[in-house]
Amino acid sequence: MSSPESAGARERPWHELVHHALKSSRVKLVTHVPDRVLAPLIASLSADDFFTVVSPAREEEAVGICTGAWMGGTLGAVLMQTSGMGTLANALASLVVPYQIPLLMIVSERGTLGEYNLGQVMVCRTMRPILDSLGIEHHTLARADEVGFVFERAIQQAVSTQSPVAFILSPLLTGGKVFRH
Amino acid sequence: MPTHDPAVTRGAALVMNRFDLTRRLVSKLHREEAVVAGIGNTNFDLWAAGRRPQNFYMLGSMGLACPIALGVAIAQPGRRVFGVEGDGSILMQLGCLGTIAAAAPKNLAIVIMDNGVYQITGGQETLTARSTDLVAMARGAGIAKAAWAADEADFERRIERALAEDGPWLIGARIDAGPPAAQTERDPAQIRERFMRGLGVRG
Repeated sequence: MSSPESAGARERPWHELVHHALKSSRVKLVTHVPDRVLAPLIASLSADDFFTVVSPAREEEAVGICTGAWMGGTLGAVLMQTSGMGTLANALASLVVPYQIPLLMIVSERGTLGEYNLGQVMVCRTMRPILDSLGIEHHTLARADEVGFVFERAIQQAVSTQSPVAFILSPLLTGGKVFRH
Repeated sequence: MPTHDPAVTRGAALVMNRFDLTRRLVSKLHREEAVVAGIGNTNFDLWAAGRRPQNFYMLGSMGLACPIALGVAIAQPGRRVFGVEGDGSILMQLGCLGTIAAAAPKNLAIVIMDNGVYQITGGQETLTARSTDLVAMARGAGIAKAAWAADEADFERRIERALAEDGPWLIGARIDAGPPAAQTERDPAQIRERFMRGLGVRG
């Protein structure tokens, strides 16, 4: 188990820390809808035979795939950007929450801290209220030295309590997506 | 499908009955195969066809029966998995046909029950009543082993092939607008727990 004081955490890029935390938590299935910020994480997970990686056309599909996999004995995560999270209210409300599925959602946060697209800003404002209204725990990660601890503890809790959890990766952690003039 | 397969077009396929076909499907399952049935009448008739612990009944999340079945198939490659979905439901999540083709699970078969109407909401027409051919869309998405069932005997033969040979498979079945034979008990946590026990995940 990592701790916030883990030596060397600051030197490792955020995606390596997330990769390591998923592996050590035995998250064997990764589903993703592509995202520029998540690209290095998607690339490293795809290159690791430990993970089965599925790339569906839509975030709802990813939620369904991870739900089925969990019931079949495999823990899975959905990687998406903020706007993908915005499409999931019904799937979370009518499948994940009532059926008590420990769905892991990893969301790269767009729409804040330098966003240049108003549409992204608006959908970002829906993300935490959707999660809060369904009672879904979410953690916003801004510091590399907290990644291991937060992921490993929160995944453990999701499985133990049969509850979904969302990890929101702030631009403070990832650098975000920057508009270049 | 092999070229000798006498596949029929949607227009030539016999209009059958969902509960009858569901019973025919379940009667072929002797090895604890998983069945994931979509929202509404599709899972009501699966429920009515017998209380198998390897059945999963979806109560909301319209369109996600096939992705859920894909997830089960990925997690348990040694078990045959069937996804049973209605035409209105699969029309909501057509991208999953491409996802299934790309993931190419050998142990997955999809059954589409197509009556051309949103039966449970009052019989409004779906796109298949006009122009959309879901088997053609599945083939276009990359599911090569996709075909319409010509009649009940052909449906049973295709189920038997899906149980014996590598998939993924997709079987289109034209059905009438007959009512469901029963209604599923709506207790999501119990449905999920029983399914996990049925799959050997929980003791």
